[in-house]
Amino acid sequence: MNWGQAIADAIALGSLYGLVAVGIGLVFGVMRLINFAYGELITAGGYVLAYTSGWPPVLAIIACVAAVIALALVQERVAFRPLRRSGATPATMLVATFAVSFLLQAIYLLAFGSRGQIVSTLGHLNTAFTIDGVDIRWIVVATVATGVTLLAATAALLNRTSIGLHIRAAAADFRTARILGVRANRVIGFSFVVAGFLAAAVSVLYTVSNPLVQPQMGVPITIFALVGVVVGGLDRLWSAAFGGFAVGFVYGMCGDLLSSQSSVYLPSVVYGAVIVVLLLRPAGLFAPLRARVVERV
Amino acid sequence: MSRFSAPLVELLGPVLLLVAAAAVAGALSSTQQLEFENALVMAAIVVALYVFVGNSGVISFGHLSFAAVGGYLSGLLTIDPQTKSFTMPGLFPFLAHAHIGVVLSLALAAAAGGVFALVVGLPLMRLSGLPAGIATFAVLGITYNVLYYWGKVGPGAQTLSDIPEVGRWTLATGAVITCVCAFAYQRSRFGRQLRATREDAAAARASGIDVYRQRLLSFTLSGALAGLAGGLYVHQLGLITPDQFYLDLTFVTLAMLVVGGSGSLWGAVVGALSISALNSFLGDAENTVHIGFRLTLPNGTRLVTIGAVMALVLILRPSGLTGGRELSLPRRRA
Repeated sequence: MNWGQAIADAIALGSLYGLVAVGIGLVFGVMRLINFAYGELITAGGYVLAYTSGWPPVLAIIACVAAVIALALVQERVAFRPLRRSGATPATMLVATFAVSFLLQAIYLLAFGSRGQIVSTLGHLNTAFTIDGVDIRWIVVATVATGVTLLAATAALLNRTSIGLHIRAAAADFRTARILGVRANRVIGFSFVVAGFLAAAVSVLYTVSNPLVQPQMGVPITIFALVGVVVGGLDRLWSAAFGGFAVGFVYGMCGDLLSSQSSVYLPSVVYGAVIVVLLLRPAGLFAPLRARVVERV
Repeated sequence: MSRFSAPLVELLGPVLLLVAAAAVAGALSSTQQLEFENALVMAAIVVALYVFVGNSGVISFGHLSFAAVGGYLSGLLTIDPQTKSFTMPGLFPFLAHAHIGVVLSLALAAAAGGVFALVVGLPLMRLSGLPAGIATFAVLGITYNVLYYWGKVGPGAQTLSDIPEVGRWTLATGAVITCVCAFAYQRSRFGRQLRATREDAAAARASGIDVYRQRLLSFTLSGALAGLAGGLYVHQLGLITPDQFYLDLTFVTLAMLVVGGSGSLWGAVVGALSISALNSFLGDAENTVHIGFRLTLPNGTRLVTIGAVMALVLILRPSGLTGGRELSLPRRRA
């Protein structure tokens, strides 16, 4: 294992977590809700890919995107919209997303079994090419390219379109935005669509390197991305994305470079660093110096 | 009269419910007895969680680390030293040679949980909101990671087994003790100050309440009770792995608290016992039960139903089954 390869892999992992972070951050922005069931969207995408492995890749990916967006909308419509209407406290909303996550995992377990399904849709991207003696897998290139493209597209959507303007207005001050004519359900529904699209992209990319889809596949992804989001700073998308990228990058680097003997305590080191960052900069590593913490849960 | 009986009802309600659960368990088959015992332990954990989360309104994902420390300590101290030298040769000497009774070990578990919570709380209680949640989660992650790999404090990823088991009355007593402590705390000056910070931190601060100090006190007490509950858990099961003190139980206990109603002790106990009861009933139903007719559910429906019920209660009644109120007798209008 050499440096070049480790850096390439870590950048790919970081891009992936950056995408997850943006998906979580987008919904948080308009709804002040951390959707813990976001990982189950990624898992759902994985299952769709596993069951469409025989299809042409383009069709399989379209099916995956459609299914994940549909599930995201179902989550919003069935669970989170009634919760928002009932005036639940943020802590209750958070625990409710756990319950949704738990429920979806139980459904996956019942429907698809615990042993897991194999995805082979884009398996050929695992082959590598060589530059200066560094083996780089095609999926690394694909992940980074997709990550950058989607982040740019999301930024353009938020900054250049009227629905993006509405989303930004709702994120700044939801009540005032509503008074000024922003339609709450439309804005929230649309941000779930975008978040679902990002989740589907993560499913496609993630399952190339980790083809085994299990009911709990999404949980560690969500946890790491969430840690990244909070460490980076929740109130703005780019700081959330950077936070997600940073956690993925650091994890990827350490995992590649350390031997398995010394890497067993790696999670402790990462979590310890997270605590230190939160104590020094509770509003996030990349937040403006005087930023306050946005949300109390 | 009601001035004196109302607080009594608030305490007696949860306590009698726990005692009733223990009494009913005696009349049941041994499998069901285990499930009732487990429900008592869950109630103890949820009440410990309630002392901090319910009174402060700050969410904590880290309480199972205190339960884990209490549980592992209590388990290790009560296992026969000969067995330990065999199964865990790398233990610290004080853990390897000790051999004490269960009750003493539970007291030590509570002390260890409290000290750990105090140490963690000293820096962390400065945070609130999501950063506090993530930071307490990080503590849980570290505890899990260390328990999983460090041979000096336990068998690592292997199962810690041969722990002496205790009967349902010991478990019920433990759960009742957590309730009494929680009740005494929430009626004390400190508990009321903390509840004031939950409702409006700025107003509480303006009234001269030191938010940090009240949170730290509550976190420490809550950690001690979680340590005790963790001790009860290992003595109920007789064997334990680090995974049992990790994500699944964290989410389930938090959900129990919120489903019951996180604002009250009554809610904590009701939430823990009702979700446990549902879980146990559905587990039986997967192997056929008779409730007037034969009911057999396909395997796996238990988790789906539990998840659906938890989600439904939270969506339809976000303040929980009890609405976050304490138990009170129906009052006659004068």
